[in-house]
Amino acid sequence: MLDIEKKASGSKLEITLIGRLDTTSSPKLEEMIKEVLPGIELLIFDFKDLEYISSAGLRILLSAQKTMNKQGKMIVKNVSEEVNEIFEVTGFSDILTME
Amino acid sequence: MEPIKKDGIYELKVDALAENLARVTDFVNERLEGTDCSMRVMMQIDVAVEEIFINIANYAYGQDKGDAIIRLEIKEEPFTASITFIDRGTPYDPLAKEDPDVTLAAADRPIGGLGIYMTKKIMDDVLYEYKDGSNILKLIKRL
Repeated sequence: MLDIEKKASGSKLEITLIGRLDTTSSPKLEEMIKEVLPGIELLIFDFKDLEYISSAGLRILLSAQKTMNKQGKMIVKNVSEEVNEIFEVTGFSDILTME
Repeated sequence: MEPIKKDGIYELKVDALAENLARVTDFVNERLEGTDCSMRVMMQIDVAVEEIFINIANYAYGQDKGDAIIRLEIKEEPFTASITFIDRGTPYDPLAKEDPDVTLAAADRPIGGLGIYMTKKIMDDVLYEYKDGSNILKLIKRL
């Protein structure tokens, strides 16, 4: 189960993920991001309520990071220890800007 | 009082379809929850189980239907979980795949190819064999 909350103001967009970002739930996020990303210069992911991430979720983050490298900045905040460990193992901690 | 027994072997057989992922992870989680396994380790096991099951669901049988057996074995001494995936699809050794370069910058990183690499990194052991027409992949994790 994944709930997605988004808060946009001008060219800034904050996305809060609540629950599990896995193979089953990731298409929902992917679709939404595709729709809203044009014109966004600052993308913030709030992971305080993200309980789980698998490689399906990582793919979306990488794809969003690639897009944002071209059009602005992406920040990931409030990453839990468990999720951070996945970022470490996969080298994502070097790619993502975490706060 | 007798100590709580942690040893056990449990088995689940499902159609190898991505939509059954939650059934598979629930099956494993429910049994691990009865042990002293930490949240951290449980999440790592979930990640590995998802990667392997989704691989089977997406590729093992091509366009055909088939099933997957998931066998969970919890041992007390040493305190480990082994999860064995058995499918009768196309022979495929995921461990033969070359590791991705995880030091590349975002722009140079291919999207994907991380699943099996993550699995190898977060499990203590991953073993594969093809035997009697079955792919047998075993994950071992200390709890």
